[in-house]
Amino acid sequence: MATDADRTSPPFTSVTEPRGLPRGYQAVFEGKMLNYRGNWKGSVVSSILEPVLFLAAMGISLGTLVDQGGRLNQGVDYLVFLAPGLLAATAMQTGTFESTYPIMGALKWHKTFEGILSTPVKVRDLVTGHLLFILFRLVTTLAVFLAVMAAFGALVLPVGLLALPAAVLTGLAFAAPVAAFAAWVQNDAGFAALLRFGIVPMFLFSGTFFPVDQLPGLLQPVAYATPLWHGVALTRGLALGDLDPTLAAINLTYLCALIALGVWLARRQFVKRLVL
Amino acid sequence: MAELLGDMSGRSASVADVTESASLTQDQTGVGGDAPGADELVWARGLRKTFGDFTAVDGIDISVRRGEAFGFLGPNGAGKSSTMRMIGAVSPPTDGRLQILGRDPVTEGPAIRARLGVVPQTDNLDQELTVRENLLIYGRYFGIPRAEIRQRADELLDFVQLTDRANDLVEPLSGGMKRRLTIARSLINEPELLLLDEPTTGLDPQARHALWDRLFRLKQRGVTLVLTTHYMDEAEQLCDRLVVMDKGKIAAEGSPAELIGTYSTREVLELRFATGENETQAEGLADLAERIEVLPDRLLLYTDDGDAAATAVVERGLRPASVLVRRSSLEDVFLRLTGRSLVE
Repeated sequence: MATDADRTSPPFTSVTEPRGLPRGYQAVFEGKMLNYRGNWKGSVVSSILEPVLFLAAMGISLGTLVDQGGRLNQGVDYLVFLAPGLLAATAMQTGTFESTYPIMGALKWHKTFEGILSTPVKVRDLVTGHLLFILFRLVTTLAVFLAVMAAFGALVLPVGLLALPAAVLTGLAFAAPVAAFAAWVQNDAGFAALLRFGIVPMFLFSGTFFPVDQLPGLLQPVAYATPLWHGVALTRGLALGDLDPTLAAINLTYLCALIALGVWLARRQFVKRLVL
Repeated sequence: MAELLGDMSGRSASVADVTESASLTQDQTGVGGDAPGADELVWARGLRKTFGDFTAVDGIDISVRRGEAFGFLGPNGAGKSSTMRMIGAVSPPTDGRLQILGRDPVTEGPAIRARLGVVPQTDNLDQELTVRENLLIYGRYFGIPRAEIRQRADELLDFVQLTDRANDLVEPLSGGMKRRLTIARSLINEPELLLLDEPTTGLDPQARHALWDRLFRLKQRGVTLVLTTHYMDEAEQLCDRLVVMDKGKIAAEGSPAELIGTYSTREVLELRFATGENETQAEGLADLAERIEVLPDRLLLYTDDGDAAATAVVERGLRPASVLVRRSSLEDVFLRLTGRSLVE
């Protein structure tokens, strides 16, 4: 205990000015990575397994039937058509999931955000650091997905690699607004609703599995308005190298606008929940 | 903080208005105390916090000087935690003036928080990380280099006696250990001012005493402590000076001894009569004490000489079932100022 007295005063009584404010979002990202270190193995396994299962079941088995029917107007095998759609849909799922329970947990259950905001870190750093981590998760998960696609012969190289940034953008276009949503709802029942009425219908009807023009006429505009359709269109266009520049510009603008709106809403909602 | 409070600009403008009018008053009257002195780490005048229609903090004045241990005492819902969140430069004041470490928390929040340590009411440690990792990442939030954090973490773990649990996950730790870790975490940036919101609520007696011991050491090192509590013994143990808060206002202020001197007598005589008799007996004893309080199960006679009063009671031929003379405590002050009825 004598050592307690020995290391007493200098640091504790010094009146130093803060040594330049830290880059808070980097520290928030570091914290997320430190947490991720504990469960990265599981996430790697599932990020390999999921594309393998989907591409095998839908791409190859179902694809054989589809190709016999010959109604796909892109002029490629169903597997090659489907794979970029699944890539974008996986980005949607990853981006959405990482912004639901982790946000609610840190905000409400474990209150770790409250602890972080007692430091020089600002609310905007929380949002930025969180999205940086999701960016990391998207890039790694989707890179694995691309590798599986290549193994299935479903990737047109090298042009197909351009699908990665498009899918990452799609993931962020979900992550940012869902982060705001997670900070808005009072409990995780909201996530079940989001899944049931948002994510699952989009997954099924927004162009992942079949072109939207196969839908009944009334539903087509709805599908075209969903963020996943824009993500799928951009990702598929790049993957297959048959991009329509005008359409791609619309897709890109839509996705970027959604990210910007999401970030703005998330900051606002975080301030409401954590600061006021 | 400016970004953090993006949509608060209207509010901070109103704070500025208050500042202006207050300094006008000072010019006219020449009265001092309108700005914090060099050693006043926390300085508030007319500080208010409202949430919609609810007023949590209703115009309080506070000064906490360097090296002091300052306490907010009050029942649940008195406004203690809201005040702490404002002092912590997290929650912006609705009205009034507030300076922490000589700075404005609305515009200089991060700079203030860089020099504060905060122990929240409920632990918000990262349950999925180890004890040491919690310190390491928290230091990063302050922008401290990793090598320096590692060294401080070792010292702090030693200080809170958690060295042998350093690599264990936080989740299975006992409440007392988590609390000590939270205190260690709050010290990672070597703060000048440590804010503790009900530091020992929910802990067993051993853990409470261990914690008080650590806090006392910090105080000896020159760390200024600001704490809230509804434990009187905690306030008496730790605080040089305290305020009693009730319904968002400050009901009394002073050292524990001063408060007892002002709001209570030196001693209290507790008499217990047969059930139902307490009230009737009280009338005949009024002259023996400065103040009598009638409780369902006993009478409290506030007097400077409890033994003399007890003798007088017996001389009047009364035979209470039990007689107890005790020193007056902060609890008597607290109950007198904030009432006995339950506040939820």
